[in-house]
Amino acid sequence: MKSSVIVFPGSNCDRDIAVALEKYKIKNQMVWHAESMLPKSDLVVLPGGFSYGDYLRAGCIASKSPIINDVMEHAKKGGLILGICNGFQILIETGLLPGVLLRNKKLRFVSKNVHLKVINTENKFCLNYKKKKIIKLPIAHNEGNYFADNNTLKNLEDNNLIAFKYSDELGNANSENNPNGSSNNIAAILNKEKNILGMMPHPERVIDPILSGEDGSIMFESIIK
Amino acid sequence: MKISAVVTLKKNVLDPQGKVVSQTLKNMGYNDIINIRQGKYFEIELNETNKEKATKLVEEISKKLLANMVIEDYTINFE
Repeated sequence: MKSSVIVFPGSNCDRDIAVALEKYKIKNQMVWHAESMLPKSDLVVLPGGFSYGDYLRAGCIASKSPIINDVMEHAKKGGLILGICNGFQILIETGLLPGVLLRNKKLRFVSKNVHLKVINTENKFCLNYKKKKIIKLPIAHNEGNYFADNNTLKNLEDNNLIAFKYSDELGNANSENNPNGSSNNIAAILNKEKNILGMMPHPERVIDPILSGEDGSIMFESIIK
Repeated sequence: MKISAVVTLKKNVLDPQGKVVSQTLKNMGYNDIINIRQGKYFEIELNETNKEKATKLVEEISKKLLANMVIEDYTINFE
């Protein structure tokens, strides 16, 4: 399996995700945002960070990068795309995923481990979460407050396109365990074809039992399955 | 030609920054403040003298880049 991690000016989780991908024997290449040709890839990752210093809107300027045309083509052909944190914000700005990520409701940067309930396990990224549906991953963001109009939210719920929701350790998703004010406690969503996943939590930071845990590993095990 | 564009959050979108500004002003004793919505202001210098064409161009860039039409509206003003 081959992957490309797109590096933007201001990306800072690009090396972490590369380490995670390589751990699972995925042959990875780092691709600078100014390139116009995407190398042959099964998976494209838009990493976390602060591309362009979050100018204008988080992810906005990065979504207009030269490489994005090829990423859009890759998406159209059914190729896998994973956007983490700032990568999720970029996916939203390209229009590949619906809605918008607003500033956190309490106007503060949130950096902590949160419980998540895995809602959809019928996609390439989450297959292996069937064995463990309540997980713990770190979040670290200022604009993670998912917002969409009622029709879009209904469409996401009805078509089972929400991958993860913020919850407590028992899987209850409500306002008490919503770290950023996201509509319906949404932490991650899929596109209709389920080849694109955008998520605020960081699975690449939880791939080592000694350092952190293995709840993120399950995602990479799913991808290579 | 100089044109400005003002981008603001749509009425039904929560504006936490505006809310905090408004609450702070009330705390400072400005009791006549009812509500504040915060936005972004762009000064645009254009190589175009035709007002109609200029409006069309600024509308286009507002939709494509300056505003996210899911949550924001824009207004265009001539100087």
